[in-house]
Amino acid sequence: MAAVGVASAEQYNYDIVRKFTIMALVWGAVGMLAGVYVASELAWPFLNFDVAYITFGRLRPVHTSAVIFGFGGSALFATSYYVVQRTCQTRLFSDGMASFTFWGWQAIIVLAAISYMLGYSQSREYAEMEWPIDILIEIVWVAYLIVFVATIMKRRQPHIYVANWFYLSFILATALLHTFNNLAVPVSLFSMKSYSLFAGTQDAMTQWWYGHNAVGFFLTAAFLGMMYYFVPKQAGRPIYSYRLSIVHFWALSFLYMWVGAHHLHWTALPDWTSTLAATFSIMLLLPSWGGMINGIMTLSGAWDKLRTDPIMRFMIVALSFYGMSTFEGPMMSLKDVNALSHYTDWTVGHVHSGALGWVAMITFGSLYHLIPKLWDTRMYSEKLIGIHFWLATIGVLLYITAMWISGIMQGLMWRAFDDFGNLQYSFVESVAAMHPFYAMRAIGGMFFLTGMLLMIFNAFMTISRANRNVSVAVLNPARAAAA
Amino acid sequence: MFKHEWIEKNVGIMLVAIMLAISIGGMVEITPLFFIKDTVEKVAGVRPYTPLESRGRDIYVREGCYLCHSQMIRPFRDEALRYGHYSLAAESQYDHPFQWGSKRTGPDLARVGKKYSNEWHVQHLNDPKSMVPASVMPRYPWLLTTPLDYSDVTDRLKALRQVGVPYSLTQGEYDRNVKEFGADVAKMLHIPDAQKNLIAQAQAGNYDGDRSNVSEMDALVAYLQVLGTMVDFSKYDNDEFVKFR
Repeated sequence: MAAVGVASAEQYNYDIVRKFTIMALVWGAVGMLAGVYVASELAWPFLNFDVAYITFGRLRPVHTSAVIFGFGGSALFATSYYVVQRTCQTRLFSDGMASFTFWGWQAIIVLAAISYMLGYSQSREYAEMEWPIDILIEIVWVAYLIVFVATIMKRRQPHIYVANWFYLSFILATALLHTFNNLAVPVSLFSMKSYSLFAGTQDAMTQWWYGHNAVGFFLTAAFLGMMYYFVPKQAGRPIYSYRLSIVHFWALSFLYMWVGAHHLHWTALPDWTSTLAATFSIMLLLPSWGGMINGIMTLSGAWDKLRTDPIMRFMIVALSFYGMSTFEGPMMSLKDVNALSHYTDWTVGHVHSGALGWVAMITFGSLYHLIPKLWDTRMYSEKLIGIHFWLATIGVLLYITAMWISGIMQGLMWRAFDDFGNLQYSFVESVAAMHPFYAMRAIGGMFFLTGMLLMIFNAFMTISRANRNVSVAVLNPARAAAA
Repeated sequence: MFKHEWIEKNVGIMLVAIMLAISIGGMVEITPLFFIKDTVEKVAGVRPYTPLESRGRDIYVREGCYLCHSQMIRPFRDEALRYGHYSLAAESQYDHPFQWGSKRTGPDLARVGKKYSNEWHVQHLNDPKSMVPASVMPRYPWLLTTPLDYSDVTDRLKALRQVGVPYSLTQGEYDRNVKEFGADVAKMLHIPDAQKNLIAQAQAGNYDGDRSNVSEMDALVAYLQVLGTMVDFSKYDNDEFVKFR
């Protein structure tokens, strides 16, 4: 591997990018498999098998952490380390620290998954990790910030490229959110168990301030950073509007932090807080669509690429799902819509139209662009990328359609009255009515997972072929030259 | 004249500007909740959990019950009929962490206490389908067979005391609790007696139908049976809580 692109290997630290790329693929498969399994448990409950470690309640955080932090996180480390080096035209600061972020981050995901299955959980959604893991996250994250900022500081370009603003905003916001949402007092120094510093209303507000901004910064701002590098690269065209990127960057960073309380409409949280959050949620539509328009319009004048380039197709469909779910979100933050949608599968569908449609799709597109660059070769099969694209698209559509139907049905059944003013349905009747849609959702997930496995096969073949060529070149230069 | 170029060319300025942009929202929305008194209304009856209930709550958290069951009833007509009075902030004021939940794959549990018998809960947790044939809830047979580990219950209550739950360690704190909650409750909240109280409550309550040992089932059922029962709503006028919304 040492001989791959000798010049660039000296100039840039590609080794760390390769490692994170491979782990993004691995965690993608693990996390999506866990997702398909928990979805199947809801459709066919015998799958819980009376085994404590794999019951829905313990396995669901394994799914969310593996896809968000394992798959998404590793993909962000990989692309941010790549993008910051390329756009600053300098080597990553400190190979040692970068390597520490890699091993630290992988350890965090493994420890989190094991601890959930053993029953250790803070019961804070997307922040279930108990306090020792939280401290490890804090340390790795500070190292990440240092590596990233120090690399920017030794850049050979006067300007900091726009993708790096988004990555920077994501790193800072995640540090802030993680720190305040995980304040807790451990039972003892040798106990994994801790109790949150806040209680009830204040605790709920802190958690959803975190929870929504995990979506806002981890799953949005950071992936916009990815988008701002890989979409123009793949399209071979500059970003549509530099001015738009400035405006929507600051608006997005500022507005997102206000909207978390829309998860707490009609609860014991004071009305003023959730009303304020809903107001900002609606304003947030503008910068969200600013990013979508900037990405999609980058392709203007080269629309024909959509017909020929499956990677471009991934990216454009990702941006379309981003636009759709950032419209759906503000709508669901309206109190009257929320009264119906909250507590139902509609929310789950909404998250997945963002997570599968936007986050995963833009990642697939970016990694298909990145892998050949990292191993100095071409993808093993363009055709498989095309098949992956259709499997993923069909998977998302099945998933969100199932959740729309079941979510709205739940909401309507719960509030239905008969002619005498009694509740028309018992709760369990709504549970029974969900079965076909839970099955449909699981099948949608299987489509998506199959696409992910195809990608892993494609990447594996690409990398092993590249490595074989390299070893031929190293061991027998004459034969390599002849070939 | 301000130029965005200044920010684009200086990572220090950029870091500060981003920190400013992302800090304001949280500060404006979260900080006041700790200082505005009406955020958590004063209601008679709400007390911290007994040692046994608290251990039951730990099991509730461990098994991830919050992922399918909310504990937050909204002020709607259908929820009032199905679950009871809407939840008050005061009712979760000792909940570290909160268990409001975000999804109802199963029904809300904020007022499940005393709705069903202990026997119903034991049977249901052991095998939900035997009580509710269409249920998709997993079976939890290990709750009945696993003895409750209460060896560190004093450490747990001490940690909760550190985050602000009024469990008592000293005579002074105990006296304060007597005044606040009455002598019977205050005794249950006294940390030095936690283990003794836990066993006594499990014996007296006989939640799992077996007095020979304290099982995880005892603790969980004790917790479920107290949910939503602390406030006596018959004492309050219908409009009493509206002013806090």
